[in-house]
Amino acid sequence: MSIHRPQGVALFDGSIIRPAIVSSFRKLDPRDLARNPVMFTTGVVALLSTVLFARDLALGGDYLKVVGQIAAWLWFTVLFANFAEAVAEGRGKAQADSLRKTKSEAVARKLAFAAADEATVVPASSLRAGDLVVAEAGDIIPGDGDVIAGIATVDESAITGESAPVIRESGGDRSAVTGGTRVVSDRVVVRITANPGESFLDRMIALVEGAKRQKTPNEIALTILLVGLTLIFLIVVATLPAFARYSGTDIPVAFLIALLVTLIPTTIGGLLSAIGIAGMDRLVRFNVIAKSGRAVEAAGDIDVLLLDKTGTITLGARQAAEFIALSNVNERDLAEAAFLSSLADETPEGKSIVALARGRFGFGDPDPARAMTFVPFSAHTRMSGVDVWTGGDMVEIRKGATDSVTNFIAAKEGKTPGGVPRELIQAVEKVAKAGGTPLVVVRGGRLLGVIHLKDIVKPGIRERFATLRQMGIRTVMVTGDNPLTAAAIAAEAGVDDFLAEATPENKLDLIRKEQQGGRLVAMCGDGSNDAPALAQADVGVAMNTGTQAAREAGNMVDLESDPTKLIEIVMIGKQLLMSRGSLTTFSIANDVAKYFAIIPALFLVSYPQLQALNIMRLASPQSAILSAIVFNALIIIALIPLALRGVKYRPAGAEALLRRNILVYGLGGLIVPFIGIKAIDLLVAAFGLA
Amino acid sequence: MNAAGILQIVLYFAVLTAAAIPLGAYMARVYSFERTWLDPVLRPIERGIHRLCAIDPEAEQHWTAYALACLMFSLVGLLLMYALMRLQAMLPLNPAGQVAVAPDLAFNTAVSFTTNTNWQNYGGESTMAYLTQMAGMTVKNFTSAATGMAVLIALVRGFARRQSRTVGNFYVDVVRSTLYILLPLATVVALVLVAQGVPQNFDAYTDVVTLEGGRQIIAQGPAASQVAIKHIGTNGGGFFNANSAHPFENPTALSNLIEMTGQLLISAGLVFAFGRMIGDRRQGRALYIAMALMLATGIIVTYWAEGAGNPALSGIDLAATDQAPGGNMEGKEVRFGIASSAIFATTTTATSCGAVNAMHDSFTPLGGMVPLVNIMLGEVIFGGVGAGLHGMIVFVIVTVFIAGLMVGRTPEYLGKKMEAREVKLAVLCILIFPLSILGFGAVAVMLPAGLAGIAAPGPHGLTEVLYAYTSASGNNGSAFGGLSGNSWFYNTTLGAAMLIGRFLIIVPTLAIAGSLAAKKIVPPSSGTFPTHGSQFIGLLIAIICVIGGLTFFPVLALGPIVEHLLLGAGTLF
Repeated sequence: MSIHRPQGVALFDGSIIRPAIVSSFRKLDPRDLARNPVMFTTGVVALLSTVLFARDLALGGDYLKVVGQIAAWLWFTVLFANFAEAVAEGRGKAQADSLRKTKSEAVARKLAFAAADEATVVPASSLRAGDLVVAEAGDIIPGDGDVIAGIATVDESAITGESAPVIRESGGDRSAVTGGTRVVSDRVVVRITANPGESFLDRMIALVEGAKRQKTPNEIALTILLVGLTLIFLIVVATLPAFARYSGTDIPVAFLIALLVTLIPTTIGGLLSAIGIAGMDRLVRFNVIAKSGRAVEAAGDIDVLLLDKTGTITLGARQAAEFIALSNVNERDLAEAAFLSSLADETPEGKSIVALARGRFGFGDPDPARAMTFVPFSAHTRMSGVDVWTGGDMVEIRKGATDSVTNFIAAKEGKTPGGVPRELIQAVEKVAKAGGTPLVVVRGGRLLGVIHLKDIVKPGIRERFATLRQMGIRTVMVTGDNPLTAAAIAAEAGVDDFLAEATPENKLDLIRKEQQGGRLVAMCGDGSNDAPALAQADVGVAMNTGTQAAREAGNMVDLESDPTKLIEIVMIGKQLLMSRGSLTTFSIANDVAKYFAIIPALFLVSYPQLQALNIMRLASPQSAILSAIVFNALIIIALIPLALRGVKYRPAGAEALLRRNILVYGLGGLIVPFIGIKAIDLLVAAFGLA
Repeated sequence: MNAAGILQIVLYFAVLTAAAIPLGAYMARVYSFERTWLDPVLRPIERGIHRLCAIDPEAEQHWTAYALACLMFSLVGLLLMYALMRLQAMLPLNPAGQVAVAPDLAFNTAVSFTTNTNWQNYGGESTMAYLTQMAGMTVKNFTSAATGMAVLIALVRGFARRQSRTVGNFYVDVVRSTLYILLPLATVVALVLVAQGVPQNFDAYTDVVTLEGGRQIIAQGPAASQVAIKHIGTNGGGFFNANSAHPFENPTALSNLIEMTGQLLISAGLVFAFGRMIGDRRQGRALYIAMALMLATGIIVTYWAEGAGNPALSGIDLAATDQAPGGNMEGKEVRFGIASSAIFATTTTATSCGAVNAMHDSFTPLGGMVPLVNIMLGEVIFGGVGAGLHGMIVFVIVTVFIAGLMVGRTPEYLGKKMEAREVKLAVLCILIFPLSILGFGAVAVMLPAGLAGIAAPGPHGLTEVLYAYTSASGNNGSAFGGLSGNSWFYNTTLGAAMLIGRFLIIVPTLAIAGSLAAKKIVPPSSGTFPTHGSQFIGLLIAIICVIGGLTFFPVLALGPIVEHLLLGAGTLF
């Protein structure tokens, strides 16, 4: 399993390349360069070598041709790095721009108060948090907010890419709407929650635009390391003239500059910001919006993953698997009662009961003469069923949780609840132990038996957990079920641990406990009651279908509302770090070959014996220096696709990953420049460039 | 190379490892304040010292207070020693009538012994009074070693503790290091050395008439007590000018083995103690293997280079026989031969000891490059007592940082996350070293004052200068020889290099300790990069060699490498 790109955009698309080239030059602005110390250094010495070249041009110099080329290639080095960043930004911008378009066109119909009839038309960009707007069929919702009145179907495809409209209604867990989405039917009143510039779209755009990007913690640490290496090489190169003069050689300043730039980590320095932007962009392509780069990086460090059972680990709907009749009841009677009570039940559970009953006993469509009144499930009774009229008699058939049904019987008979038959308790426990949900069926006050509703573990989820385990991540299933049921499903799904009878409080406690032990916790949630846990978790992914409170509390929002996507988020986080680490290794390993090219070249005049170190047999000292600097610039261009795509990540233990990356980027980084510099040297010699 | 030589090298590692493991266990108990078998004797003394010096053993220090205590302790010691040298002519125990030491030499020497460097721009028997040798050199040998050990222990506590504000108490750690570790070991070694013939007396120098009828003044004094701690504490400052090549400082093959083992013993033992103190002995073992591999490589290269001898000696059979040592014997003691000299030269530079039993200046270019490179790599191949391991941990931080990124996690070592602050401090530690070596080296080869000290011009002379600043910055103290260091210029700049190499590394190291102590400990998972396996060992060695190599390759190319190539062409220096 590896990360695939859901929306294929060609790595180098003409529409991205052209503005990127322009932008590469614009980024030569020292204020932009200063953000990247390695490239800033390169820029400064490029300027210096240009001045030296100009001086030589005016006054005459020994190595005019080579010095000119060195200066040119130094500028190319900086431009290539700028280009890498610009391409990365361009790819994200392409997506952001289309979003921005929907945004700028939008107008809002602002209400003075929720029940107001008259709306004033204002530009969407003028809305502030707390404003009320109304949106009717055909309108674009002008900003992020909460539905406070009404219900509507909304087309969110502009953001999620999902074409099926979704329902948004006031109250409950589906109240959040996103600016830029379109109302398909009905009318809603929305309270805007985001000020201009803070909306989803704004965040999405900001994330992929390098200029406003905040460096992530690991990126800062790596930058420090790169600055350190740059300083070390500055010391090496700055002191070298003294040692060279002692040895009887005067090294031209342009050659020293060439040595410096080939040694300092320009490869990773040039690609670092492109890697970061591309990582964000990859996330956006997965339809996940991170509120900060920090969160994405933290995702790579996750130790514990909390996943809700329903909808994540199991299919949202349970399936009827078995009818368990009490001993004095015919199974067919139980099945028939269950069948009749579920005929009008449009829920997947209801349909599955009907299907099971038909399959087992071949029930046909019921006699239309029989009058039936369907009693839908209500939160109050926690039961559903049907009232069947046979002649003048009405028989009530009900199905529901054990306590609801026994309370129902007791209420009918006017007794206090209690005295559940032992046999029923055993049947209920049997179902629970198997990880199912028991539905007790009662007809006319008589207990018939239990329907075994089975939780269906999503196909392939077990393998995903195995993958996570390989990555060193422990999965914890969170469910409101009792511990028995939870244990059974946990075992079937292959999670490492579970939290049964979960409440928002004990979920929060669990996160705190794990964090106390030094672990990083990720979770996803949608409801308002998930908000505290989402805020507490190191990575909290809110579902886009959830409430605004949840979306505010989390540090990422999944636009497709797919909880299993946490796995991809973790992988993107890891890939981001791996790309940086691998290219750093590559960059440092490259220096070995460059030394073997440049050092003999610099001192050949005083010590011809140093020719022994010229193991690449480069044509001349000038050609060696030029080849090294050309290689150094070209390698940045060559690695742009890798930086944008990211180093390949396969879920595996740390040791296996490291072995592979060291082999590819460490050893590769050692060997590639020997070949590259030699090849360039052959060309330089062939064309007489040095 | 011959079988006897190889056997000596194998034997050396066997003795070292066998001694270091139990010592490590003992030291871990000492620093964890657990009961040791020496407690009945030492505990009352320790309490007495605490009371006398008003040390509250329960009062722990924040890293800043710990660092300040360390700096003040060193400064006061430095000033006292400076005063002692300047005033020695007026003080007792001076039978040889030594005069006051010149200000610049006294500065250089006081700095040298305070920083555990023991670079010597003087000859002991011709410059220092017995009192100076005992109360100055010998005492500083103990305190500078104890300082290094204390700093390491603070760093180890940084790893072992979770969410702690403090890293220990500097004074308590120094007293414990001295009393429980350095003193007992030094006492045992001193007694054995006396048994082997090292003098320990207050006698005046003996004036004798030799068999040839010539006159010789035989220097002596309280040598054994100083020689023991010189090795145990990786100090290296000889009692006599010829250091461990002097028959009174290193009389027998056994004393040679004891001195060679002694100079690695505590540094090696501390690696095992580290593993125990952080509760995972595999971690200590991994670092030990990494260090031992680099040490063994150095020994073998030196042994091979010296054994091969000087190709310019054409027509002479340089092969080793039972009667002739073969190879390059210039500057070596016949008593010790090539293998022992190779082990000594490598261990004395791998650790920051700096004692010598042969003249590194006379080694072949490659044989002499090994000691130089050992120090250039940062004195982390066992290194100085305490200092070597805390220097190694800095490289470990860089290694796990790069490796950690490559496995896709925020890098961590022993459960502590390595973040911007740790990387910054580690980079600072690594940066100091090239800055001092290359900076001072460049100044020296540009100024007439610097050039004046060079004995052999050309690449060999460059190596002499480089070696001096490398040795000083790395707090090693061994001299390549050939450089006249007792001048105002070298006394001052080498003194500065020693101070920079010691304290500009100690302060960021303690800052790392403080930062780590405050962190939580992340329990390892299969996504964590394991730091006890062969992969880590290989990577760590690679990082050390690449950083050291990239930094010093240009100057090495102009020094020993070109000298070696010229040697092949028949040019000697």
